[in-house]
Amino acid sequence: MSVWIAVGVTALGCYAAKLLGLSVPQGVLEHPFVKRLVTLLPVALLAALTAQQTFSDGGALVLDAKAAGLGAAALALLLRAPFLLVIAAAVLVTAAVRALGWAP
Amino acid sequence: MPTAPEESPRGTQGDDRAVIRDALGVGVAVGLSGFAFGVTAAEAGVSVAQACALSLLIFTGASQFALVGALAAGAGPLTAAAGAFFLGVRNAFYGLRLAALLRLPRGLRPFAAHMVIDETAAVTLAQTTRRGARIGFTVTGLTLFVLWNVTTLLGALGAGAIGDTATWGLDAAGPAVFLALLAPMLRTGVARATAALAVVLGLGLLPVLPGGVPVLLAATAAPAVLLLHGLRARRRGRGPADDSAEAGPVDDPGPVDDPGPVDDPGAEEPEPETGTGPGEERR
Repeated sequence: MSVWIAVGVTALGCYAAKLLGLSVPQGVLEHPFVKRLVTLLPVALLAALTAQQTFSDGGALVLDAKAAGLGAAALALLLRAPFLLVIAAAVLVTAAVRALGWAP
Repeated sequence: MPTAPEESPRGTQGDDRAVIRDALGVGVAVGLSGFAFGVTAAEAGVSVAQACALSLLIFTGASQFALVGALAAGAGPLTAAAGAFFLGVRNAFYGLRLAALLRLPRGLRPFAAHMVIDETAAVTLAQTTRRGARIGFTVTGLTLFVLWNVTTLLGALGAGAIGDTATWGLDAAGPAVFLALLAPMLRTGVARATAALAVVLGLGLLPVLPGGVPVLLAATAAPAVLLLHGLRARRRGRGPADDSAEAGPVDDPGPVDDPGPVDDPGAEEPEPETGTGPGEERR
């Protein structure tokens, strides 16, 4: 049940944000500080999420094969690989490192 | 569809085809990664119906991954939703840019709003005519919506058949998606400082606070770095507006026909990736 609550609240919030952008008159949200903050918020959130999902398991910090996978994704991004290839590199390298028994 | 005033009469068909090709490229590539989301959602203990509802109703990938990640980490529903919502707020700013470019009739806005995401913004803002923008937005949005939802269903259903998804490395898909979304935003020093501080906060607080909360606190890295940067700029005797070049994708000088805020000179500077948004590199 609590998952459905999370789904509903997030869906409403995210849709409201999308509709707001299309509907408000030009210039209302164009304050420079607001614009910069909204540009930086996803940077902070995505960086924290990337780190947490790579280096944690439950509530504990871990270093496992996902770190190698993320390294492969970073390399693919530096080489300007397309989106799907970046994800594939992360998945394949993680699986390979586990299969070889180099890391859990 | 009314003809855009700035549109040139010649070469329209070839232009249309180029836009459609770009839009399909982005839509198909990102749409297929819905499979990774379906698998991740199933791993997180979310039911198939819930995973499909997430893709149908939220339809903004980073928020969806964040939500199931937070739920898997034991976050409460509202804490998890808050993190996902903050990630979705950026779509409001894409909407502002797109509204000027698409000039949608009022009746269409509630439907178009659902398609306002990283990928549609990237394709649409790269167009130079209103016709191109409308075609790019529609084709990217519809392709992505259909594929993302179909692959979510397949991923959620298939997760059980795959067995232990960790064996296949599929638990690395979520963080890789985040990294791919993040990478194009790291062009400036301010963005990189924000990311570094957020990583330290996110990992440092993880063992001591309940699930989902460390991510929300890591978000404070954004205002913290902005304020520090503003203070430092002021001490050096520069106006705070000087750091506007530090803005990321939302501030990209797209071919939007508004002049941009006058006190934001950085937004007018040509950059190598002019007119692109996040996701441009994904083509």
